[in-house]
Amino acid sequence: MIHFDRHARRKLLSHTIAVLSGLAVIAVLYPLVSIVYEAFVLGGGVLFQAQFFTAVPPNACSALSCQTVGIGPDIVGTLILIGIASGISVPVGVLAAIFASEYRARGLGRAISFTADVLTGVPSIIMGAFIYGYFVIYYPTIAYSAYTGGLALSAIMTPIVVRTTEEGLRVVPNSVREAALALGITKWKATLRIVLIAALPAVATGVLLAIMRAAGEAAPLLFTALGSNLYPTGLGHPIGALPLLIYFFALSPYSNQVKVAWGATLFLLLLILIVNIVSRLLIHRMAVRMGGT
Amino acid sequence: MLGGDKIRTEHLTAYYGPKPAISDVTLGFAEHAVSAIIGPSGCGKSTLIRCLNRMHETVPRTRVEGQVVLDGEDIYQLDPVRVRRRVGMVFQKPNPFVTMSIYNNVSAALRFNGRPSREETDRQVVRSLQQAALWDEVKDRIDAPAVSLSGGQQQRLCIARALAAEPEVLLMDEPCSALDPIATAKIEELIKKLKEEYTVIIVTHNMQQAARVADNTAFMYIGKLIEFGPTEDLFERPKESLTEAYITGRFG
Repeated sequence: MIHFDRHARRKLLSHTIAVLSGLAVIAVLYPLVSIVYEAFVLGGGVLFQAQFFTAVPPNACSALSCQTVGIGPDIVGTLILIGIASGISVPVGVLAAIFASEYRARGLGRAISFTADVLTGVPSIIMGAFIYGYFVIYYPTIAYSAYTGGLALSAIMTPIVVRTTEEGLRVVPNSVREAALALGITKWKATLRIVLIAALPAVATGVLLAIMRAAGEAAPLLFTALGSNLYPTGLGHPIGALPLLIYFFALSPYSNQVKVAWGATLFLLLLILIVNIVSRLLIHRMAVRMGGT
Repeated sequence: MLGGDKIRTEHLTAYYGPKPAISDVTLGFAEHAVSAIIGPSGCGKSTLIRCLNRMHETVPRTRVEGQVVLDGEDIYQLDPVRVRRRVGMVFQKPNPFVTMSIYNNVSAALRFNGRPSREETDRQVVRSLQQAALWDEVKDRIDAPAVSLSGGQQQRLCIARALAAEPEVLLMDEPCSALDPIATAKIEELIKKLKEEYTVIIVTHNMQQAARVADNTAFMYIGKLIEFGPTEDLFERPKESLTEAYITGRFG
């Protein structure tokens, strides 16, 4: 019977789609799970030694000693680089987004959004190479330093901050702006202290997203921060960073350095995971307290 | 009419892009009175009152010709921020600041426009909420989020917020259109009381509401002022046939 055939075919199709979707889910989850698993197996051993967080990275194994020690300088280095990068990209990104969204009368706003979109797509190694190229010509003494490393990371963070802040501002209803202006509140006060505050959860999301992205970048730091096995003594010198340490030590022929690379990988993964979860909770709480979305 | 005109328009024409939304409107609003502007949708009544506090120009590609005279001065020669502190506005949909508490909503104008002392702010918040007939309902939860209030309460909060800025003129753009009949009745009661201290101008698409609250009523149609006079005269003895057709429900 035709009726039966149709029914059976529909059922078969439905099952096929369900199975395919299930396989797709596995394909998506498999890399994540296997990375975390591998990092735990290979890096868990070193991560849970107390000196891992404070000691300097190990030298290559010699006949006399073969230690696996720590990633202290690289943790500090990553924090410093992210600090510099955030110090640049948060104010610049937020102000650019405000201009694009709140003062868009001159068509320049659209240009800002477009530029941010294009910048997001520029390979991060090019950011590093460009900044290196500029500094090595004009300020060669600090071409390899925390300054250039922070600048390279800020070039990655700024477009993310711009786009998420812009989206956040756009979602704030126009009635809020009208209410503020109609009270005789000046435009800049209304923008910074009422509209931007209403968009704060989105801004915070953007900043954290950008930080997480930048914290894992090695490519832009290869030419700029350069990497260092010692605790930083100043911002004008080469400085270590977790992704750089992973990059260099993962290629090392010495087993102790490879182990440290795995430990650093696990640490970076956990860090990003924790920042992600904590920020979601904070943003959720912020949004709830504001009584909105 | 009662007293002199607090605010008046002189040959006022307002554009959205190249198209005028109102043209050549000359109209005076009496001090300490309620004036209503009625007319069918799209007749320009909202545009007209948005010109009275220079909110019209906050929309891109808009422009105004003619004058709006407040106490003898053309407001288009003054700083728009100062104009808006003297001419407050309540919008069609309640628009409290969702990120702020009830207290911070009412005190917004004070806090953002100056540096008042805590006592001064407290006093003003209580006074404004009392004027807006909301104090008794919120006095125990003044720090609760503004969005925890009902729609009608939110609109009275917006009225309190506008009053706290101590305006001389209060503009109301269909303040009851999003509210139920009970909340509407409360706000109408309030409007009648507010004219003792303020000059009130209300836009409404509801003719009965105009008849209930307004001392004077203007009827607008397709961007033009058709007729203006004491409310009773306009509703009972309209001079223009268009007015008569509208109030008897033959169109609009």
